[in-house]
Amino acid sequence: MSSEATLQHADVHDAHHEHHHHETFISKYVFSQDHKMIAKQFLVTGIIWAIIGGLFSVIFRFQLGYPESTFPWLEDLLGHWAAGGKLKPEFYYALVTMHGTILVFFVLTAGLSGTFANFLIPLQVGARDMASPFLNMLSYWFFFLSSIIMFTSLFVQTGPASGGWTIYPPLSALGDASSGAKIGMDLWLVSMAMFIVSALLGGLNYITTILNMRTKGMSMTRLPLTIWSLFFTAVLGVLSFPVLLSGAILLLFDRNLGTSFFLSDIVIAGKILPNEGGSAILFQHLFWFLGHPEVYIILLPAMGMSSEIISVNSRKPIFGYMAMVGSVFAIAILAFLVWAHHMFITGLNPFLGSAFVLLTLLIAVPSAIKVFNWITTLWRANIRFTPAMLFAIGFVSLFISGGLTGIFLGNSALDLHLHDTYFVVAHFHIVMGVASFFGMFAGVYHWFPKMFGRYLNDTMAFIHFWITIIGAYLIFWPMHYEGLAGMPRRYYDFSGWSSFNMFSGLNEFISLIAMIVFAAQLLFVFNFFYSMFKGRKVADTNPWGSNTLEWTTPINPGHGNWPGEIPEVYRGAYDYAKDGKEFIPQNVPIGDDESKAH
Amino acid sequence: MGIGSLMMMFAGLTSAYIVKRNQANWLTFDLPSFFWYSTAAILLSSITLFAAEKMFKQRQIIKYRTLIITTLLLGVLFIFFQILGFKVLSENDIKLTGNVSYSFLYVIVIMHLAHVVGGLIALMGLFAKSFSTKIMSYNIVPVELMSTYWHFVDVLWIYLLVFLIMIR
Repeated sequence: MSSEATLQHADVHDAHHEHHHHETFISKYVFSQDHKMIAKQFLVTGIIWAIIGGLFSVIFRFQLGYPESTFPWLEDLLGHWAAGGKLKPEFYYALVTMHGTILVFFVLTAGLSGTFANFLIPLQVGARDMASPFLNMLSYWFFFLSSIIMFTSLFVQTGPASGGWTIYPPLSALGDASSGAKIGMDLWLVSMAMFIVSALLGGLNYITTILNMRTKGMSMTRLPLTIWSLFFTAVLGVLSFPVLLSGAILLLFDRNLGTSFFLSDIVIAGKILPNEGGSAILFQHLFWFLGHPEVYIILLPAMGMSSEIISVNSRKPIFGYMAMVGSVFAIAILAFLVWAHHMFITGLNPFLGSAFVLLTLLIAVPSAIKVFNWITTLWRANIRFTPAMLFAIGFVSLFISGGLTGIFLGNSALDLHLHDTYFVVAHFHIVMGVASFFGMFAGVYHWFPKMFGRYLNDTMAFIHFWITIIGAYLIFWPMHYEGLAGMPRRYYDFSGWSSFNMFSGLNEFISLIAMIVFAAQLLFVFNFFYSMFKGRKVADTNPWGSNTLEWTTPINPGHGNWPGEIPEVYRGAYDYAKDGKEFIPQNVPIGDDESKAH
Repeated sequence: MGIGSLMMMFAGLTSAYIVKRNQANWLTFDLPSFFWYSTAAILLSSITLFAAEKMFKQRQIIKYRTLIITTLLLGVLFIFFQILGFKVLSENDIKLTGNVSYSFLYVIVIMHLAHVVGGLIALMGLFAKSFSTKIMSYNIVPVELMSTYWHFVDVLWIYLLVFLIMIR
């Protein structure tokens, strides 16, 4: 196999390793097969998408915060979609749809696990590259292709897809249903098919690398928790994305070839459609069979990275390593068994519903174990409040706040009232959206020195952190109250209902904070690109005093990661504060007089 | 793992089929006999590929080449019979846009067919490679990958066939 051949090659010629690659600009930065470069490609593409997706939310927050006002600059920006400076309802919904699609798939799936699985797996398990660097490169380029298609759909005459990010039929299956169900919807489906191919290629590679390419001594129980969580993330992706693919294929058939998988007894504008025998609920089953594991595809990498960062910056071993691994495993299994809790109001058999309630509430157990372990790790620790650490702690805070409301929503009796209200919006934004973003930020702040050989600016990082965490709570906390009062999500304008009029001030406040938080993210983006070129240079190979293998490589590792032999591993990743030593890296052999603790 | 992922996709499709079956407007139909011929073809092709792998290990490259091309031809035959089968179906007014049960039959079989075509392309690659005279690589990995994939597609077809006959 070619990767093995490269390995031996690299081992033999270790001294001149980097000179053996005559890399051109194209092979180094564009069609690179180096996992570190591919990770950076995922990260930068993810950042671009995050700016677009974030901007969309700011634009539709203008509509929600100031439904009566007009903004002439909106017309300059969006043309006929905001004629007269006011968003059109169709385009409002398109923005909401694309905001969800972009953030869930392109940023928090590809941008998060694409970046960190690629970057950290070979470095932390001690491999020169992925099992198949070529497939890895393909994975990025399928993602790129998918991005281009989705981006193109923003500019078509009838607008991008607008049926909500869950694209439920019949709205998404019938071109005549709305302007956002025309060509934009087809592009959405094709783009997502490409995205799934990318996710599968990536996932297969991650799993194979973790199982087969670990360095000598790196048993599964010595793996850092980042790797464990990325492993289960990949397993979830590989097993759940294909089901969405089959749903998307059936939907494409319904849209373009006249089949009726999801359609039955439909009347549009007085005209009866010939479609008969299909079931819209069927699509919901197929969608949520991916959709729920997807939540954990987003969340698990953030959990793993936060565990690692919290332990490093607490200068303490992670509390309950095996319990952490076990609970990630339990979450991964349960993730496949709870999808119908998104469908309590679809007329689901109440008995079946109660089974899903039970399974859903069971997730609270491994989640609580993880929270307990994070807090216990922090307990009486010698904490270093680096920006990465702040974001990791922020992740734990958001995971608790958002997770608790999940217990409300998981009860079918309560969910009947709360379904499709702002309570749901608040819940999943905190627990899945913002929390995962915090995990991602923590990861970027922590591993930026390894990625680019420079530090991010700390002052900007602290400003970024405090505005984001306070802002996130200010935005989403009030939404719980709106949701409890029954305010439905996805609506364009609430001013027509006297019962929701009392929230107009609150909506304006939320919109205002959303803009401030978005500005803080732009500060991060500036910090990111500025520090990439002008940041303070890293002088020490192990700036955080961390035990994991990525810090045994040179400051700017070439393709192949280690110039010499791959280090051998003698211990787990969490030997902090042991035998009077602050930390003992994994490649340090066990001493004769070393205690057996930890 | 790739196979796991494919299995999930077809599991998704077939479970959708089961869900739909219990609802109204579900029509049953008999599969044309051509589907049985195509089954025979793909079963045979698995056997020839198995033999090819064995010959490759014994470095009998001529026999290997013949067996690979036989497998390929049997694969083409499989597709040919399936197309004939669909012709019979559409003559009996069983069409993609008709009843949902027909739509499912078409989509499931076409998705499988797409995977067979993918396998045929890979087989062509192996066949072409077996002619390279300069360097004969006896790397078994591509052949093993090919045969795992092909046997999987074969077993998948048997599963789908049994599924389509039993569950209606």
